[in-house]
Amino acid sequence: MDLSQYLEFASCTDPGMVRSHNEDAVAADPANGLAVLADGMGGYNAGEVASGMATTVITTEIQQLLAKVKPYDLDPESNKIIAGQLVREQVMKANASIYHAAQSQPQYAGMGTTLVVCLFYDNKALVAHLGDSRLYRMRDATLKQITRDHSLLQEQIDSGLITAEQAKHAQHKNLVTKALGIDPTVEPEIREYETRPGDIYLLCSDGLCDMVADEDISMTLEALGANLKLAAQQLVQMANDNGGKDNVSVILVRVLREYPAARGVVGKFLGWLK
Amino acid sequence: MAKLILSMDGLVLKEIPLSKERTTIGRKPHNDIQIDNLAVSGEHAVIVTILNDCFLEDLGSTNGTLVNGNPVKKHFLQNNDVVELGKYRLKFVGEAPVPAATAEKADFEKTMVLRPAAMKAAAEQARAMGAVGAEAARATAAQQVAASAASAGTVEKEARPAPAPISATATTPTPIPAHTPAPAPAAPAAPAAAKSPHPLGAIQILSGANAGKELELAKPLTTLGKPGVQVAVLTRRPQGYFITHVEGANPPVVNGQAIGTAPHALKDHDVVELAGVKMEFFLKG
Repeated sequence: MDLSQYLEFASCTDPGMVRSHNEDAVAADPANGLAVLADGMGGYNAGEVASGMATTVITTEIQQLLAKVKPYDLDPESNKIIAGQLVREQVMKANASIYHAAQSQPQYAGMGTTLVVCLFYDNKALVAHLGDSRLYRMRDATLKQITRDHSLLQEQIDSGLITAEQAKHAQHKNLVTKALGIDPTVEPEIREYETRPGDIYLLCSDGLCDMVADEDISMTLEALGANLKLAAQQLVQMANDNGGKDNVSVILVRVLREYPAARGVVGKFLGWLK
Repeated sequence: MAKLILSMDGLVLKEIPLSKERTTIGRKPHNDIQIDNLAVSGEHAVIVTILNDCFLEDLGSTNGTLVNGNPVKKHFLQNNDVVELGKYRLKFVGEAPVPAATAEKADFEKTMVLRPAAMKAAAEQARAMGAVGAEAARATAAQQVAASAASAGTVEKEARPAPAPISATATTPTPIPAHTPAPAPAAPAAPAAAKSPHPLGAIQILSGANAGKELELAKPLTTLGKPGVQVAVLTRRPQGYFITHVEGANPPVVNGQAIGTAPHALKDHDVVELAGVKMEFFLKG
């Protein structure tokens, strides 16, 4: 099923006003309903290499798999929908590639990347993430942060050491507790959400949410939702106008209408049995 | 960034920023700071920079390294320390201790990963520090979260780009001032404060049912027009105001010229035509 008639995609990435090169990478595949955003880290050009590898490996691997299977197919052994497992395995594959490159080539030592992956299928959005790149959802004129950062700051908020308000002025926003390519294996956080027509999903690197207040993001998506490309450019521009201290990347996905899975009779029957 | 000021006999030779993790000092040319003098060893000393701290280490030099007149092997450099190698003096100037500036700088340091081991140590440290007031902190935290949630609710309502003015400009006789959004209450995030002040712009409607009405452009963006027919957005940026086509078959017309799809800078007293309504853009004092 070609999802490009059901979902509208727009993306924009920019080095920002301070950094000389862009360590963020974005990839979108509207036909397969896939969006991948990564924010690389590591010396010299290694950050770019890590984020580029992450987006390329995950997109191409998932594309190849989706040519053979459907995300809503059932796993013959566990009788569960394969989407979660499929994304998880590709994220782990990307992790292994980056980790091995970092181990084998001294100039890439210590590189890694944050990641947020969104796979749309069967009126759902499957979200996998690592680190502090985020997914937001705009629904009924309300902006909601869907992912929770894997960062020291978030852990401190969760444990009650600091408040969300104090966190805005914290000094260690840059410390993430999970990332792709740092350790031999990694467990991405994977969740699934129902989507509705009219929803706008925003994948972004910390260069956006550190520079632009949530209210301004919300206002932009509401005012410019009709023109997704312009909204993406506007978000990046706002981050740059506020100082643009980091690379800024956004992917916007709007659900145009429902996209239920076209299951076969057997699949429907199994789905009904559960 | 910390730096060294190299001088000899009171004459400043050069300034060297400590931008690298290891800055080597010596007579041989491969050193980061080369001092071509026989009193200086080939590899004389090194300065190791970790975050904002700089450590000087003598690499077993023949004539030794002095800091403020005392020979040292290893030394944690403080602001205004004077390092002496032979007749050469290196004055260490630490990072300016302006808390706000450093805090902001730290905010945007490159993203780094905390390894699990380091993580545990940090968590334990945090726990140890927080243990005393943890309960109290938790209670206030809950209160503050509730309070901020409440205020966030109001912020959003006020900051919502009310669609009312849009239809107002086009058809309904609703008085615009009632809907003119108050400038969003000082956004709590630091970035908002970083916006440079520039003159406030406004739109005055020249034709149609609302002729004479004025709309202040206090928000970062304001949409104008009729959804589904023709909509444009006015963005407020540090450089001034821009108008951009959002939707509709035709882009808006400024001073008789269609603007195309790219953002168009607005000048004082430009006349904009949108969804059949003429309006004038002007800057307020």
